[in-house]
Amino acid sequence: MKSEVPDKEQAISGIALCKAFRRTSGENIQALEQVSLNIHHGTLAALVGPDGAGKTTLLRMAAGLIAPDSGKLEVLGINVTADPQQIQSRISYMPQKFGLYEDLSVQENLDLYADLHGVTPDAKRLRYAQLMQMTDLGSFANRLAGRLSGGMKQKLGLACTLVRSPELLLLDEPTVGVDPLSRRELWEIILRLVRDENLTVLLSTAYLDEAERCGHVVVLNQGKVLVQGPPGEVTKLANGRVFLVEPPEGQPARNLQAQCFDEPGIADAVPEGGLVRVVLMPGMKASLGSIGCLTAGLDVQPTPARFEDGFMLLLHQQGNKAAPVSPGTVRQTPLADKDRCEIIIEVHDLVKRFGAFTAVDHISFEVCRGEIFGLLGPNGAGKTTTFRMLCGLLAATSGTLRVAGEDLRVARASARQRIGYVAQKFALYGQLSVIENLEFFASAYGLRGRRKRDRIDWALQDFELSELVKLPSGQLPGGYKQRLAMAAALLHEPEILFLDEPTSGADPLARREFWQRITLFAEQGVTVIVTTHFMEEAEYCDRALIQDAGRLLARGTPAEIRLLADSRGGQRPSMEDAFIAIVEKAREKASTLAMGVA
Amino acid sequence: MKHARAAGYDPISSRLRRIGALVRKESRQMLRDPSTVLIGIVMPALLILIFGYGLSLDVKNVPIAVVLEHRSQEADEIAAGFSLSPYFKATVLTSMPQAQQLMNQRKVDGIVRIRQNFSHQIASNNADIQVLVHGSDANYARIVQGYALGAIGQSFLRKKMEGVVINDGPVIVQSQTWFNKNNDSHYFLVPGLIVLIMTLIGALLTALLMAREWEQGTLEAIFVTPVRVGEILLGKIIPYFCLGVIGLALCIMAAKFLFNVPLRGSTSLLAGASMLYLLVTLGMGLLISAATKNQFLASQIAIIVSYLPAMMLSGFLFDIRSMPVALRVITLVLPARYYNELLQTIFLAGNIWPIIIPDLMVVGAMAIALLWLARIKTKKKLG
Repeated sequence: MKSEVPDKEQAISGIALCKAFRRTSGENIQALEQVSLNIHHGTLAALVGPDGAGKTTLLRMAAGLIAPDSGKLEVLGINVTADPQQIQSRISYMPQKFGLYEDLSVQENLDLYADLHGVTPDAKRLRYAQLMQMTDLGSFANRLAGRLSGGMKQKLGLACTLVRSPELLLLDEPTVGVDPLSRRELWEIILRLVRDENLTVLLSTAYLDEAERCGHVVVLNQGKVLVQGPPGEVTKLANGRVFLVEPPEGQPARNLQAQCFDEPGIADAVPEGGLVRVVLMPGMKASLGSIGCLTAGLDVQPTPARFEDGFMLLLHQQGNKAAPVSPGTVRQTPLADKDRCEIIIEVHDLVKRFGAFTAVDHISFEVCRGEIFGLLGPNGAGKTTTFRMLCGLLAATSGTLRVAGEDLRVARASARQRIGYVAQKFALYGQLSVIENLEFFASAYGLRGRRKRDRIDWALQDFELSELVKLPSGQLPGGYKQRLAMAAALLHEPEILFLDEPTSGADPLARREFWQRITLFAEQGVTVIVTTHFMEEAEYCDRALIQDAGRLLARGTPAEIRLLADSRGGQRPSMEDAFIAIVEKAREKASTLAMGVA
Repeated sequence: MKHARAAGYDPISSRLRRIGALVRKESRQMLRDPSTVLIGIVMPALLILIFGYGLSLDVKNVPIAVVLEHRSQEADEIAAGFSLSPYFKATVLTSMPQAQQLMNQRKVDGIVRIRQNFSHQIASNNADIQVLVHGSDANYARIVQGYALGAIGQSFLRKKMEGVVINDGPVIVQSQTWFNKNNDSHYFLVPGLIVLIMTLIGALLTALLMAREWEQGTLEAIFVTPVRVGEILLGKIIPYFCLGVIGLALCIMAAKFLFNVPLRGSTSLLAGASMLYLLVTLGMGLLISAATKNQFLASQIAIIVSYLPAMMLSGFLFDIRSMPVALRVITLVLPARYYNELLQTIFLAGNIWPIIIPDLMVVGAMAIALLWLARIKTKKKLG
């Protein structure tokens, strides 16, 4: 930086920004530490970083909602501390909770924001037509915002910020909890705005492939800027260090991935298209053969680096690699012989109707003991409904369903002892401390005396919660909340674990750690059923199914599913490409069918 | 700098438009949210009915035993006075032990005993009637006693008017209740109820709804628009003020037509004072929500600092003058106290300016102070 004066020519220009918060428990959190950044006019810029990196704080600061403790921040050439109102009048901002009024309709929400921004009636008409076309919300104008699906809510939130052309658009995790299709649509809108209206956008995201599409990236970690510049600068760090490794015959890629992930010479490892993608630490390339997990004569091919590889390398160098998961015992009785498929979940012709609406439409599938089984599908596909029926929380309209040999809806309570359930957003008691939560759930599952103590000790140790026992669970950082929720669901050593969107909103590190654990559970014979919006996570599954509008579209191993969509010659489609292709094909078919009927 | 000011120029018309948009939004939410209707309309209606019909402090149909140990015209007349009175349900007996038994079984709450030599006593101008009251509820007992004495006194009065010469005793008690001739407790309960309802709508409802916006993050989004804090507050005040006025109208109608409370002062003065008080409670509600930003906490605080004092310390249920000094000092800062006094005066006594003007000034000053504080405390800031 040339001088200590913020650059007036930038859309956002910050120098040495600091901000500390005080937690209710008394400790100080340094949310931002000496952060300097510049965002040019007309740039699409992304803030990336793990949970607690300071992304939301920085966005709120740019919106004039938080004043820096020290440092100087100018937005559109205006000092945020001196005249926040002027900034707020000229920019648009979508907070993480979108700020929609759920009891107002789509149209009423838009009207409110249009009037607050002083859009004239003529301009309004023009703009609404544009927005409706862009977001496909036109047919839902009179629906209450609270009744929209997650993806549509996000689109409406975005539309509300775009009722007039802002000079700067700030978006806080606009795609969190949104399925791949809606995510792609949201991105099309954002990219179009940047291209056609030369809009400046600063957004935060947990999806690293989104960062790759931006013109400028700011990588934050624990309140500090690690790198900023074009995404290529981050990708470049991993150039020549990324390899695809083929796992030994008959072994799932995730086992090799788990081994590699713990190697000190490896910065990152993820399963990808049946192979394992590994990123080597600097200086390890020459001694490729010395890395434990790669020695067994496996096929190792170099592959071009992605943004995510560079990002993980960067974080690893900062010392935050996901902590290796200790191979403790989830269950005291390990299961033998995985070759023989023992069917533990059997669903046949399952239907659920809510009035005239069919949420689950004749679905059949089977899950073997010790399998990781994924339920994939866009928002509103009926995944959660299927889930609730499996857990016995909801009665099926028709069809049969057996979990561990029984229908949980009518089975005795003892049958429920065999399952563990982690709900969306984790059902924890926020006011209770970590230990109090564990004690409550242990008692709820009927654990007593020595066994109860043992299992709680196991949970604290294996999930590394020991240091946080006294903290109210509501104040736990995101990743720890997820750990605690999982620990609570595993206290009674269930045979089957149900996880509903466990990684939604989690950062890349927390997600890797999560899958480490899941892999470990599966090895020990626990059957895991999981829903997710991160399609690359389907690669960890033994088998998965794709559901849309209640119907089953595809079922099989990740490789088989990818094959279904292999339309582009030669190139391996990613799981996300496959997912989008399969869902779109099915939707097209459904709409032509509907037209044929009409 | 000149340029910056030009950019910040904000014509009054766009301010009005923003306020209009917020008021529209709030009204729609109000109509759709059952809890608003519940607190704003159903709760006042219930309060009126429960307090109005259930919690009457009047005593009627008191079961009483009239023991006539001696029959004479005078004695019969007194017994008839009790039998015909709407306040008593008299059982006429001839022996005291019978009456005592009824009292022990709590079948009667009082005994009026006319002794054997009653006629002689009257003749010698030294008549004496024994009144026994069941004292388990002291308040009730006092009221019963008062009525009984009144009933006896009246039968003598009647005689006097009929021209029978009765020598008066050394002291004559002439009691008369001013402003509430029927001694009807609705007369002061209903104005007190209006105080409660205005407090509920203003403080509790507003605190809850504003805190909800903080909690759900809708304010965070609204903040990053040209809207000013004052406009956001006005957007809350205007619709809830209107809701309060509707509640007020309901209450005044109930007072006049359901409970026949006289309105001796002017209706417009009553409305004006009420609107001023509504502003006080709205200011309280907004201040509480700005300080807590949390629905649960806001509702608890609103109940503790506005609703409970309005009920216990405003002079509605308990007379302020008979409170201990410490409590009396506390009531001095309670807006509900002044409003209660205003309402009781306007309803029951009329436009008594020496009371009304100072009270109005205090309520007005409190409204200005609370709204100003709410404005200062609400900031476009998070964290």
